[in-house]
Amino acid sequence: MTRQSHAESRHRSSYDQPDFGTAAGPDPNYNFAYLDEQTKRMIRRAILKAVAIPGYQVPFASREMPMPYGWGTGGVQVTASIIGPQDVLKVIDQGADDTTNAVSIRQFFQRTTAVKTTERTEAASIIQTRHRIPEKALSEKQILVYQVPIPEPLRFLEPRESETRKMHALGEYGLMHVKLYEDIATHGHIATTYAYPVKVNGHYISDPSPTPKFDNPKMNRMPALQLFGAGREKRIYAIPPYTAVESLDFEDHPFEVQRWEQSCELCGAKNSFLDEVVTDDRGGRMFVCSDTDFCNRRLEAAQ
Amino acid sequence: MYVAVKGGEAAINEAHRLLAEERRGDPAVAELSTAQIDAQLSLAVDRVMAEGSLYDRKLAALAIKQARGDLIEAIFLIRAYRTTLPRFGYSAPVDTASMGIRRRISATFKDIPGGQILGPTFDYTHRLLDFRLAAEDGGESLSGAVQGDQRADRTDETDLLDEKMPRVVDLLKHEGLIEDELPGIEDAPVGDITREPMSFPVERDVRLQNLARGDEGFLLALGYSTQRGYGRSHPFAGEIRLGEVAVEFTPEDLGFSIDIGEVTLSECQMINQFKGSAEAPPQFTRGYGLSFGHCERKVIAMALVDRALKGRALGEAVSGPAQDEEFVMEHSDNIQATGFVEHLKLPHYVDFQSELELVRRMRRQASAAVAEAAE
Amino acid sequence: MSRPDQLQPSGQTSGAEQPLLRVTGLAKSYDGFSACRNVSFDLWPGEILAVVGESGSGKTTLLKCISAQLANDAGRIEYLMRDGVLRDVQELSEAERRFLMRTDWGFVHQNPREGLRMSVSAGANIAERMIAVGARNFGRIRATATDWMDRVELDPQRVDHQPRTFSGGMQQRLQIARNLVTHPRLMFMDEPTGGLDVSVQARLLDLLRGLVAGMQLSVVLVTHDLAVARLLSHRIMVMQGGEVVETGLTDQVLDDPQHPYSQMLVSSILPA
Repeated sequence: MTRQSHAESRHRSSYDQPDFGTAAGPDPNYNFAYLDEQTKRMIRRAILKAVAIPGYQVPFASREMPMPYGWGTGGVQVTASIIGPQDVLKVIDQGADDTTNAVSIRQFFQRTTAVKTTERTEAASIIQTRHRIPEKALSEKQILVYQVPIPEPLRFLEPRESETRKMHALGEYGLMHVKLYEDIATHGHIATTYAYPVKVNGHYISDPSPTPKFDNPKMNRMPALQLFGAGREKRIYAIPPYTAVESLDFEDHPFEVQRWEQSCELCGAKNSFLDEVVTDDRGGRMFVCSDTDFCNRRLEAAQ
Repeated sequence: MYVAVKGGEAAINEAHRLLAEERRGDPAVAELSTAQIDAQLSLAVDRVMAEGSLYDRKLAALAIKQARGDLIEAIFLIRAYRTTLPRFGYSAPVDTASMGIRRRISATFKDIPGGQILGPTFDYTHRLLDFRLAAEDGGESLSGAVQGDQRADRTDETDLLDEKMPRVVDLLKHEGLIEDELPGIEDAPVGDITREPMSFPVERDVRLQNLARGDEGFLLALGYSTQRGYGRSHPFAGEIRLGEVAVEFTPEDLGFSIDIGEVTLSECQMINQFKGSAEAPPQFTRGYGLSFGHCERKVIAMALVDRALKGRALGEAVSGPAQDEEFVMEHSDNIQATGFVEHLKLPHYVDFQSELELVRRMRRQASAAVAEAAE
Repeated sequence: MSRPDQLQPSGQTSGAEQPLLRVTGLAKSYDGFSACRNVSFDLWPGEILAVVGESGSGKTTLLKCISAQLANDAGRIEYLMRDGVLRDVQELSEAERRFLMRTDWGFVHQNPREGLRMSVSAGANIAERMIAVGARNFGRIRATATDWMDRVELDPQRVDHQPRTFSGGMQQRLQIARNLVTHPRLMFMDEPTGGLDVSVQARLLDLLRGLVAGMQLSVVLVTHDLAVARLLSHRIMVMQGGEVVETGLTDQVLDDPQHPYSQMLVSSILPA
């Protein structure tokens, strides 16, 4: 495929109109958004607790969903518990609306809620995401729902849940900084590039989910509510709007985001997260915006 | 040429169509019916009910058909279906002592009241492929001698099973030889991991529920490891039972209990390493396994792991993974396991991009350092 | 029992009205078997107390109880906090206790692998306590770590090396540095030179003596080796079968033991 056809296929999108399911209404064999109301209430209670204690992982009785654990069941349960008929839903994976799992999840909600879906970031009231935060700043009227595989930032330093619970309760986070110290001693800089640990509201250390560290600054004092769902690990946590979120670092080795020399080959953006696309087997490469909507909007504006 | 993963709705629909074709296979071959699966692949149905945690043979058979024989995929279908079902409440504890026995054996005594009933078991078969089963004509064309050997002698039709089949473990209890297992508090609520997430350390009710739903292969390996020294507990199979038990339920409006049906259960009571202390003389300890359907391997393995996990309470040193409660409980659920293991198929190119960038940068720095040193 | 002003290496009076550590009537049993009972003593700032006895005497059980690693069955353990208040250690919250154990107290295990984090570098091992109390400047942390390595006579160039590449004696020094970096006031040591060969032991003991004196540390030191007790401690407690049978100034007890068990212990040391 040539660069041009890549641009064309990116530009063409089929999800921008009122979608299938809306006209016919949601699937009558299931409750609205699939979960029964009791379950939604249980999850909303967990969400309220999470919002009340920013960054704290609230255990919840995750349900078995029609998609596998590890494929977004936590995010889906959070979205299912908060979505209403008037909501407008956007679902992205790796920043793109048209990756297979994003399509699959969006279809699930179309089928079980018949809500309007969109690719436009600013048109969505709920955005469910895997591994990226949209480039366009979000507003107070929006909710960002993250899919989280491993909610425990200390998990790979201490595998035991009984011990990490204690560490959070006592604020014993030294081990996290020891790991960062070791990175700098070994590599000259901190070697974590995604799922980079953050301190929320000056208190709990949380895992932002496997978003690239490039996205961490967006979390700080974000006007939108940020909800995190880990279905398999059965935890929900939250960052209320306008909450301080700092990435861990050392005074003399401050947190840094990734930068590219290249800009987006399609829209020319210099400050977005770029995907590397292999174009041939001779080492040919191009870099394009990971956030497909952001890129498309810039292309439209340029025309 | 590969570009970023762009499934699109069209691709997914095509994939589903292809899947349906593959599931059906060659149209010239007769389609499998769920009734056939239920009757003739009944042990697969049993496993799907057990790990799916839902007793319904027809649904399990359907799941197996839809899943093309992949039992974990079938279990997933059942679990997802289970989520949508309304819950009326909890039944009364089933009484396996009054089970309608079809199979009952004990390794601890040569003979026991009620006798050793072999029942339908592979145990003493010779594992020789029986080609009669593959023959189109049901084996009629094969030598009669082979058939004759296998045919059960039906002379003693009048030999009914003994009504009285007291449990071996109860016999030992009379002498005080084996630890008694009583709930800590009478009428305490029973834990339910489908309603409340686990929080370690857990109590035995939650452990047993987790194990009952757990992957047979995982428990089998862990049980095996205890026999080989990773947390040895000197097990003896006190009793293994297979049969039907009634399920009783008390609907709120009625106020009294009614029999809502019966389920087939497999049960294993393991008799393990005795333990005494300064205050009390030694007694045997126990392990327990229970499953829907005929899942013998599962209940034996479950009993071994149950006993291993009692180690903490019995003050035993932890020397093997089967004794590590968090390790066992967190990894026993094959639906969670397969979800997470298989999620690696999902795009991770953004995370990978971050790692690529770091590695490239470190390599550049390393070669710059080498170049500098060379000067 | 001697007064601290006679013990201070610097020759100054401590002026302390209260002991740093006060143990009263401590007892611990396992399954009906009494491992130690009726143990009482005071420990003053800058004082080194050796607890000696053969294996089975109860000295290690005692050490684990007073350092809050084991729950005792009877008795009180009181510690003089930095704010001058003598507090019952068992009444501290878990958070307070854990914080105490990471800052004001140190524990040197006989096997250094138990007191080190083997999966991170020497520098990270020393850095851990600093980081736990809030240090956030990598350069300064590393400089402090290398400085400490120097003070315990480890090659500072090896700051990024893994502890498993160190010899037993070096690992022990690293363990000591890891404990001392937060300037604790009380150290517990369980056979700190056990398992090391004789010449390495001697150097380590010299190092310990210098550090302890220089930092005004109080130490409760468990050892079966009377030579170690003699070299390091001001006072000695002899334990047999779970009870303290004799206590006093180290030199006095070792030169002129009163209790038959102490006499037996002392007489069984081979002359140098």
